[in-house]
Amino acid sequence: MVLALAAAALVVIALLAEEFLPLIAQSWRRHRARTRVVQAPSYDPGRDRRAEQRARELLRSCVNEEEWAMYRELGFIRVWGTLSDGPGGTGGAPYGYLIYPHKPIVSFLAQTHRLLNEYCVAFPDLERPYGSELLPDSDDVLAKWMALTGDEERLLAEANMHLPGRQLASEKVRRDLWRLGRWERARLRQRPDRATAQPGS
Amino acid sequence: MKPGHGEVMIAEGDVDTAEDRERLIEEFRRQLDQGLWAAVPLAEEDGAGEARTRMVTCFDDIPRSTDRVIFFPRAAGG
Repeated sequence: MVLALAAAALVVIALLAEEFLPLIAQSWRRHRARTRVVQAPSYDPGRDRRAEQRARELLRSCVNEEEWAMYRELGFIRVWGTLSDGPGGTGGAPYGYLIYPHKPIVSFLAQTHRLLNEYCVAFPDLERPYGSELLPDSDDVLAKWMALTGDEERLLAEANMHLPGRQLASEKVRRDLWRLGRWERARLRQRPDRATAQPGS
Repeated sequence: MKPGHGEVMIAEGDVDTAEDRERLIEEFRRQLDQGLWAAVPLAEEDGAGEARTRMVTCFDDIPRSTDRVIFFPRAAGG
């Protein structure tokens, strides 16, 4: 009788163990995870600055001298559009884009400086733990520059298009276009070939 | 390009060396599988007009004259 009870008890214990052991193990792992001390990365005040410095060097190595000077002195880069009918249909009129860091890309007509559209585009890194951080300014500009000069149509398809003035004040963009024109004229005057050509002309 | 880090070197090697080439192809595919875009900035004399970047999705599309491929996060509506 005792032997039978003991055998039955052993069977019951074995069955219960099979059922509850995984739960107990899981609870233990959760407890360990909750109480584990995670070493937070120490705050590095120079990290963003170094990242931006590297990004500037990379941008400089990709764009031409004029675009680099434009970005350095004016804070944006102009890229000419290449779609035959322009974004939203410009009827073949030449157009361009202004690329700002972490702001929408703005398209405009080259001759009249009429603003066409704003293209809100971001380059989110979904890989942890960086998902919540932004690219350095110059990397954001370079990503837009590469995407525009490499596959303009695809970038426009990915971006959210809005009327001008939604995020960037139209007055500011028009002022930037005016600054750009003045800047280009000044550069043209300073060109050595022009300087040497003038006396003879 | 990595947020918070700027440029990060992923892999380097000589494509004329079989071992390096395999490693570079593997890394290239891994980056694309992670959803990144790959671009090759072209020198102005190589580009046609304003097409100054080549977006590449295949290792063989990378111009032999280039010395780097830049991976950056895929564009999304902001």
